[in-house]
Parts: sequence; structure tokens; C-alpha cells
Amino acid sequence: MGYIGELFVMAMTAIFIQNFVLSRFLGLCPYLGVSKKLDSAFGMGMAVIFVMTLASAFTFLIYKYLLIPYNMIYLQTIAFILTIAALVQFVEMVIQKNAPALYKSLGVYLPLITTNCAVLGVAILNTKAIRTDGITAYNFLDAVLNGFFSGVGFTFVLLAMAGIRERLEFVDMPKSMRGMPIGLILAGIMALAFYGFMGFKI
Amino acid sequence: MSFVKELSKGIIKENPIFVIVLGMCPTLAVTSSVQNGIGMGLAATFVLICSNIIISLIKNITPEKIRIPIYITVIAAFVSIVDMAMAAYVPGLHKSLGLFIPLIVVNCIILGRAEAFASKNNMLASLADGIGMGLGFTLSLVVVAAIREILGAGTFAGIAVMPKTYEPMLVAILAPGAFITLGFLMALMNMMKEKK
Repeated sequence: MGYIGELFVMAMTAIFIQNFVLSRFLGLCPYLGVSKKLDSAFGMGMAVIFVMTLASAFTFLIYKYLLIPYNMIYLQTIAFILTIAALVQFVEMVIQKNAPALYKSLGVYLPLITTNCAVLGVAILNTKAIRTDGITAYNFLDAVLNGFFSGVGFTFVLLAMAGIRERLEFVDMPKSMRGMPIGLILAGIMALAFYGFMGFKI
Repeated sequence: MSFVKELSKGIIKENPIFVIVLGMCPTLAVTSSVQNGIGMGLAATFVLICSNIIISLIKNITPEKIRIPIYITVIAAFVSIVDMAMAAYVPGLHKSLGLFIPLIVVNCIILGRAEAFASKNNMLASLADGIGMGLGFTLSLVVVAAIREILGAGTFAGIAVMPKTYEPMLVAILAPGAFITLGFLMALMNMMKEKK
């Protein structure tokens, strides 16, 4: 299997089989909080893909060329979260200055992403991940692509959820179920559906 | 008097999970067994108490504009301590909680309390708030975990509680069970609030 094949497996795993939200439980706050409207879900999803890809790249470099050589792996959590916070701040400033239109649609979601555990989660998972041959650790490109595909997986379920919730607005249901409870039960049913993908062998 | 009030509000009235709805990721991820729930709850409580104390002590010298990075650094330091201590003393629990120990850093409850409470109140009140919120969080985790473990494995903290003929409902300890259990618990809380 060539490199393209491996990438395909990685994409399918990140998007369907081990979806960040539904099977790893990462990024639930934005998943439940920003899924009331389709437009805002789309904006949030794009911002997450962007930051997760960048954060994977930066944290991987820091881990490999700073933390490992100087024997400072115990500082991993602090180093990663500060990198992500700085990165988000920087991205926000760059977009605001150079692409005002993009800033208008993504801007409000960017600060929220610092505390999105999916971003820190993918950074930590990348340092532990093993490629399909079962021996070698992820290289730089693997880490970046894994970040990207995980972001796509997050956006995919976020959009699906928002689509369903928009319709739910008009459904007659008990008052106590409205809002968060029905959102969680919906997520449960979606997770159940995603369990079907686990049976696939690629 | 006010110490007790700050302490007790986190447990029911302002329960971090069921009422303020913060910190969903660990709530759903680690509650497949009661032991994991208690372990996660205590780890988060420790970080919450320590970070609340430090943040309330440094509130006067913290520059307004960079307060969030400062809070995150304080929290991350305590999370690293918990991570290393758990790896050394309770390796089994450390392994089963896995990724979610470093992820306490981004648990919204801790940053949320730092921003909303500890940065505005004195040390004693912040300590009480930390203990109360931490216990409320732990208690909610145990409730969710107990329901899932009893339904999904027929045990409570590893001890069999259901009759032998009970067929475990495996889905309850898998991911979908987590979402559905919490959804119904929240609906129940809403219903009780409406009745009042």
C-alpha cells in the first residue's frame, strides 16, 4: 500500500471510524454550543479545521525539536497549550488585518477555539500516534494531515447536528427536553449510527 | 456563614455539569465506570482548588489584558503535577483516564471559575468555591457513571449489584450510552425545576 493508501486510511479513521466528537468525546462544548444554526456551525467548523491543522504543525515541531532533545517532555501540557493560545491569538490578528471579510465570518469563533479540547487533543494524540505499519511514529506531514482530517471529521458531524437541530425547532416536544437534553440524545443516536463504521476494514 | 454558602452552591444550585453545563468532554468520556469517574473528579477538584487559590492571590498584580494566558499557565502547571503524580502512584487509573488528564487544562469549569469567581474574590471564598465546584463535578460524574456502569456491566465500582440473570446492556458503557444517559438526566433536572 502506497503513501496515498495510508493517507486514505488516516482520513477515513479520523472522519468516520474514530470521529473526534462521537467516539473520542473531544470538542463537545462547541459541538453542543454552536450547533443551533447552520451558518454559525459552518463558520466554527472552518475555523477549527484551520487552527487544528496549524496547531498540529507547530506542536509537532516543538515536541520533536525542542522537548525531546532537551528532555523536557514533562512540560508537554504547558508548552502545547501556550503554543495553541499564542497561535490562535496570532491567527486572529493576521486574519483581521489581511482578510477582513474572512475575519467577519470566523472572528467570533477564534477565541473560543483555545479552550476547544479537540485542538489540544489532536496535538497530544499526534505525539503518540503510530503509522499503519505499527512501528514508526508520525512524521511531520502525517501530523499535519491528521490534524486536518480530524478537523474535517469535527466539522462533518457539527454540520449534520446543526442541520437536524434547525428542524427540531419546530417540533412539538416536552418543555424539559428542549435545548441541551434533546441535543445530547441526538448526539447519542448519531454516535450509535457511527458505530456502524467500526465494522469496516480498510 | 458565607464560606459554607460558597461551598454548598456548587453541589446543587450551581452544579457545574447539570446547571451551568461546562466540562462536557470528561463527563462523557470517563464515566464508563464509577472508579474512573471518582478519579477524574478528584483530579479536577485538586486542580480547581489550587488554581482558584493562586489566581485569587495574584489577582491584584495580574494585568487585565493578558489574564487568560496567565490563568492557563497556572492551571497547566497544576495539571502537570496531577499528571505526573497519578502516573507514579495510580498507574492503572492514569492509563484508563489517558488523554483526559492533560485535557483538564482545557476543562471549561476550571478556567470558567478562575475568570468568573477567583479573579474577583478573596482567597478564602475562592477556596470554598473550588471545593464546592469540585465536589459538585465529582458527584455528577459519579451519578452518570453509576447509571452507565449498572446498566452496562451490572456492577457498581466493580462490585456486582444486579442479579445473575441480568443481561448487561453493553451500549450504556459505549459512547452512545454516555450521550443518551446525560441527555435524560438533564431533562429530569429541567422537569424538577419546572415543578418547583
